[in-house]
Amino acid sequence: MMKAKIVVMPKKAVLDPQGKTVKNALESMGFKGIKSVRVGKFIVVELAGSDQAALKKKIDKACHDLLSNPVIEEYRFEISH
Amino acid sequence: MAERTVRFGILQFPGSNCDQDAYHALADVLGQPARYIWHKDGTLGGVDCVVVPGGFSYGDYLRTGAIARFSPAMKAVVEHANAGGQVIGICNGFQILCEAHLLPGALIRNRGLKFICEHVHVRVETTDSPFTNACQKGRVLRLPIAHGEGNYFAEPNTIEQLNSDDRILLRYCTNEGEITEAVNPNGSLDSIAGICNEARNVFGLMPHPERASEKILGSEDGRLIFESILRATVHTSS
Repeated sequence: MMKAKIVVMPKKAVLDPQGKTVKNALESMGFKGIKSVRVGKFIVVELAGSDQAALKKKIDKACHDLLSNPVIEEYRFEISH
Repeated sequence: MAERTVRFGILQFPGSNCDQDAYHALADVLGQPARYIWHKDGTLGGVDCVVVPGGFSYGDYLRTGAIARFSPAMKAVVEHANAGGQVIGICNGFQILCEAHLLPGALIRNRGLKFICEHVHVRVETTDSPFTNACQKGRVLRLPIAHGEGNYFAEPNTIEQLNSDDRILLRYCTNEGEITEAVNPNGSLDSIAGICNEARNVFGLMPHPERASEKILGSEDGRLIFESILRATVHTSS
């Protein structure tokens, strides 16, 4: 069994009002010097197989087709045991 | 143009909640043959115009409309659209059509982060479509919106293309038809409230015309969109 750890983030060009709101909240908590906050998703997929290259292709397709919306999001992932 | 009878097929996903309002508007108010299509059905049956209704299909899990897009019914809708059949996606339906790539762009979280439930005004930008041909260009429609993710986003060259192809059908406006940021309820780029595809047979809009088709609900302006469909729809052979 392998684990794919996937991070999906809004593209820089997309307005991220959630991130901005979190930044405001952090600042009202007393944090200083925060340049920006962006909020995304972390997805863990556990799957059978050990061929890293084949799994990489599968996960990439899953990310492109379902787990992210390429119009508004970008993704990165790593596969390990 | 004489009005015809149009067979409407209204999709139902787990979490759809505006399907019955659409059915009521089409069957009871407009007297058209309408039926529901369950999300697991891989064939639409004899349908001229598909309605992808509003709601929270699949609980908006992952992203609004992201999972509905893979249902057997949506696969049939894509085939129907590619064959020239008409499709109207309302609110969550618009989100699903974007996820299914039948329309460009995406709907993201409202700029103000709040779920907005209120009547807005939209301006008919073009009557060159089977969804707005019963209106006049510049006509202001008063329609209700109810959404948390209605903020239309697309790459600049997509927005440019939508403009040059005359595919922006509705824009948020004042009650006098002026486009301003102040009356843009969700931050949509270019005040976009509804668009169509290149072939002009697929329409997505965030406001709810099915909730503005009877005087008792406060506005009958939504009826004009359905009447446009009645004027224009050609029966498909299936």
